[in-house]
Amino acid sequence: MIPSIPHSRLFRTTYASYIVLFFLFLAAPLIVVGTFAFNDSLFPSLPWKGATLDWFFGSEQPKLGLFQDDPILKSILVSFFIASCTTVLSLLLATCNAFLFEREQFPGKNLLYILMLMPLVIPGVILGVSILVFSSSIANWFEMNFGWELDFLYPSTTLVILGQFAFISTICTLIVSARLRKFDLSLEEAALNLGATKWGAIWTITLPFLKPALIGAGIVSFLMSFENFNTTLMLVGSDAPLTIAMFDRLREGATPVLNAISLMLMVASSILAIISLLMDKKSPTT
Amino acid sequence: MSLRTPKLRLGLLLLLTPMLLWLLLLIILPHVNMAIISLSERVSAGEYAFSLSNYAEFFTESLYWNTFLRTATMSILVTFLTLIIAFPVSYYIAKMLRGRTKGLVFALCLIPFWVSELVRTYGWMILLRETGVVSSSLQWLGLTDGPIEFLYNDAAIIVGLVYTSMLFMVVPLTTTLDSLDDSYIEAGYDLGGNGFTVMREVVIPHAMPGIVSGCIVVFMLTLGNYLTPALLGGKDSLWFTEQIFTQFITRFNWEQGSAFGILLLFLSSFIVWLGLKLSRQSFTRVMS
Repeated sequence: MIPSIPHSRLFRTTYASYIVLFFLFLAAPLIVVGTFAFNDSLFPSLPWKGATLDWFFGSEQPKLGLFQDDPILKSILVSFFIASCTTVLSLLLATCNAFLFEREQFPGKNLLYILMLMPLVIPGVILGVSILVFSSSIANWFEMNFGWELDFLYPSTTLVILGQFAFISTICTLIVSARLRKFDLSLEEAALNLGATKWGAIWTITLPFLKPALIGAGIVSFLMSFENFNTTLMLVGSDAPLTIAMFDRLREGATPVLNAISLMLMVASSILAIISLLMDKKSPTT
Repeated sequence: MSLRTPKLRLGLLLLLTPMLLWLLLLIILPHVNMAIISLSERVSAGEYAFSLSNYAEFFTESLYWNTFLRTATMSILVTFLTLIIAFPVSYYIAKMLRGRTKGLVFALCLIPFWVSELVRTYGWMILLRETGVVSSSLQWLGLTDGPIEFLYNDAAIIVGLVYTSMLFMVVPLTTTLDSLDDSYIEAGYDLGGNGFTVMREVVIPHAMPGIVSGCIVVFMLTLGNYLTPALLGGKDSLWFTEQIFTQFITRFNWEQGSAFGILLLFLSSFIVWLGLKLSRQSFTRVMS
């Protein structure tokens, strides 16, 4: 509240209730998803038939719990694998890009920077299909000319990783660059004066400075990859990651086991979100 | 520091290579390739010729361009609604709250968006379906006699899309509003302005970069969304990304699908360009 500007009581109450309503709107779907994970019914809907933990631990059909549901557990592993690979690749590229755009001067830098931002404005579905078409063309070309069968270039886990890497690395680049911009170059120069090599200075001074941003970017990229749907849908092979497996179940007709998975996802994301917010406090990035 | 030594140029090359490989192989070439494929037509097995037939098909088949226009207008509507809902919230966080509460409320706004879009959409399905929470509550309150289906219509799609987009509007708006010095607003009142004129002459012009960047990102994400229209709109959601998916995955007609993809890309670039022109903002500033 700006103290010098008077507002009527009515205005303040109305405004505050609007904000409360807004937060109800934000929270409603999440609360509902979480609550129905404990409903002792075959459908995630009212009436409430009492609380149960069967949707987590139940061991027989039709109430097969999340921890007994092998296809779902397997898809979680696939998602973990994809998210880990995407995160490592994105962080490596993002660090290179940050040094490139913050430290180097070269002709065409501005154009390259704009191109680097492009993945943010390409819809995920389009990014997915364009990579699908391109990699299939390459694979076909190799098969026609050399008789090589490059299976990983057809829809597969590798393609999913590449597709997610394509846009997640832009987001990581923005986070890491923002931190590198705040770095005081004289610290690195001091290390050089004290006899460190260029690499030694970067390794012992600059990279530790970037660490909070790297951890933050890593968390963001892991979550974005784990939760990505649009790009993944176009590139997925025989091993469905969690979002695709859940989507297929949803289309068949949802059971509260999906709520149980969702609740676990929410808990995991909130923990990561809190870690990342704490990181953000240490290194204010925009 | 001795710049421009050969050693440093090698460093530049080392930094440039991964960036260029990524950009060329994953972004530029796939899209160029898609543009080329969209301009070709299958003559016989393995034979392709230049043709505009895929684009002609789009303009002659009314289902296709109707879906296209529908997706565009609904995306604009969603962007507008998101802005209208988010602006008071951002203003409240930036100008009405102070210190710790401000940080906390802002963080509360962000947390739902760490949860997968699939989960959020699923939540709306549980709320809106015929046997869902909203319908049951209305019956319990005695407002309706029988169950009502709120799902599988345009309103459900719009609610879901606005919800999903909210974060991308609240964050840039709050950041720009937060950077507006309170004394400017006070000065506006001192000079005889009322709430409305101060908002129009001081606050909104200052918040313009945030408004534009929020609108662009929300519009883009809405236009390219597949999940929310597919789940909340059901079979008749008629979202353009679904046409693309159908052409590629179901019908295996990659030439037609590529043409649709290029058209969607043009539409989104055009609207983004128009937004930047109308508000006189630069792309790099808005995006970062």
